[in-house]
Amino acid sequence: MAIAKSSQMIHDFSLSPRIDQVGVEERASRFTKRSIKNESKENGLKLVLNMIDLTTLEGKDTDGKVKQLCYKAMHPHDALADIPTVAAICVYPSMVKVAKKALGDSGIKVASVATAFPSGQAPKDIKIRDTKYAVNEGADEVDMVISRGKFHSGEYNFVFDEIAAIKEACGAARLKVILETGELGTYDKVRRASDIAMHAGADFIKTSTGKIQPAATMPVTLVMLEAIWDFYYKTGKMIGMKPAGGISKSKLALHYLVMVKEVLGEDWLNNEWFRFGASSLANDVLMQLVKLKTGQYQSANYFSVD
Amino acid sequence: MQKVIKKSSLSISENGLEKKTSAKRLEVLKTYKIYIGGQFPRTESGRYYQPVNATGKTLANVCLSSRKDFRDAVVSARGAVSGWSGRAAFNRSQILYRMAEMLEGRKAQFIDELVQQDSTKAKAEKEVNLAIDRLIYYAGWCDKFQQIFSAVNPVASSHFNFSVPEATGVVSIIAPQNDSLLGLVSVIAPVIAGGNTCIVLASETKPLCSVTFAEVLNSSDLPGGVVNILTGKPAELASWFVDHMDVNATIYCENISDTQKMIREKSASNLKRITFYDKINWYTDEGQSPYFIMDTQEIKTTWHPVENIAGAGGGY
Repeated sequence: MAIAKSSQMIHDFSLSPRIDQVGVEERASRFTKRSIKNESKENGLKLVLNMIDLTTLEGKDTDGKVKQLCYKAMHPHDALADIPTVAAICVYPSMVKVAKKALGDSGIKVASVATAFPSGQAPKDIKIRDTKYAVNEGADEVDMVISRGKFHSGEYNFVFDEIAAIKEACGAARLKVILETGELGTYDKVRRASDIAMHAGADFIKTSTGKIQPAATMPVTLVMLEAIWDFYYKTGKMIGMKPAGGISKSKLALHYLVMVKEVLGEDWLNNEWFRFGASSLANDVLMQLVKLKTGQYQSANYFSVD
Repeated sequence: MQKVIKKSSLSISENGLEKKTSAKRLEVLKTYKIYIGGQFPRTESGRYYQPVNATGKTLANVCLSSRKDFRDAVVSARGAVSGWSGRAAFNRSQILYRMAEMLEGRKAQFIDELVQQDSTKAKAEKEVNLAIDRLIYYAGWCDKFQQIFSAVNPVASSHFNFSVPEATGVVSIIAPQNDSLLGLVSVIAPVIAGGNTCIVLASETKPLCSVTFAEVLNSSDLPGGVVNILTGKPAELASWFVDHMDVNATIYCENISDTQKMIREKSASNLKRITFYDKINWYTDEGQSPYFIMDTQEIKTTWHPVENIAGAGGGY
């Protein structure tokens, strides 16, 4: 790759901007105070539903569970007319084929985690094989994890090269790079890891695996959105954003949409460029949509689990 | 009336102690907040109202709860159902007894509040005593009503067939307007004795005891979310109390036929159990009975295959 060969073009990641923690947290909290009227709320909720990567990443996943989730993805709640499907199903590589078959020509993408998810503690060649396996099984998108240990030891080139190598292994599949912000510790490091991932070829940057607490938070997402904006300003290349883990309520999801719109603008407000990694968010959105329609607060008892 | 503090009365002596304590102290008034999920938040709406007693004295600034407070309370109540109904009945009994102990310990405060709310000293004392006794009464029933109301049913096959009561889930309660402490305790106790969780709207005109009772609950080992207490206007909130799809039963204690009709209609959406306690004198024996517990119970019937010994013949 041209970028890797010319050392002058490699960004010096030690120069990534430092983050004002108090400022970021204060600004993120402001996004939660916008008033959203009912009509906008309905449109926002439908948009949220359409941005969800419906996720099951558990050791106990079976073919049946994945098929059931795929049905849920295609038919979120048949009692409601005019609601979109979710954006994608997110599974382990071994489940990609099942999901691909179950989703058929519905247009819903299959995303697969790879690279020894969630720890990322495996040699590079195994990570590449893991990625290629997922792509060959039919994954449209690959969610990789960065090597947080190497990142903390300051081996940014290692992290960069690994992402670039996985990007190459992805072929046509879009690559989402999981920073696992809960293990990075500071906003400075989140910003630096975002810069590394974007320069190395990420199509999306993603907060978390969902296996570590804290997962996605609004301030962390704001830091990453600003990194995306700076990268776009510098290179003209759009990068997608995926907060994942801990977003289970519609209200919070709408706050995220407000933040995306105010930081990046409307170009990012679609599932091509913004996703929610979530498993229980979909049902909460559906409950809110039914509430808007009927005026009655809803009960989870009347919505399918998967 | 403005209270003026004389500067001289606050002067400090050389050893740092106050010289005079004769000046009238500014009273620290209690903020009457609502009780949701074991916490005492203010209403999310930021609204309040000022109930007035018969002498025209404003009782307090009281939260005017909104439908969103109710919704939040339902979320808490729903979250508490599995833990509370899953406890051993004997443990629920211990906790109800503890509530009675705590109430006894704060008797004077309740009597004082009842007197502020137009009761007399003697009547107030009687009401508090009865409320304490009522908690003890239902504490006793916690692990006994199941035996009284269970049945072993004869069936035409080789099955051991039995029916037992089981908590229905989340119960919304609009408490009696008049007997603001005894009525409140009398409707809450049987509901939670049976393993349900509840959201209660306190008396609109006499809300003081309900908030103080929430403080009693909060120090009684009762898990957060089992009882949630809101203050506000039944006219505004009643329809939400009965409309919510995540509420399994509704109890209404007034004899207002329009509201009763509305409750009957709206409860149909998810087949809530509805009960009206509109003619009950809480001061008499008719105010307590294990049948009140049964008003918020479902009956679960189990068919268990067994050998019919008598019909097994010599080969058995």
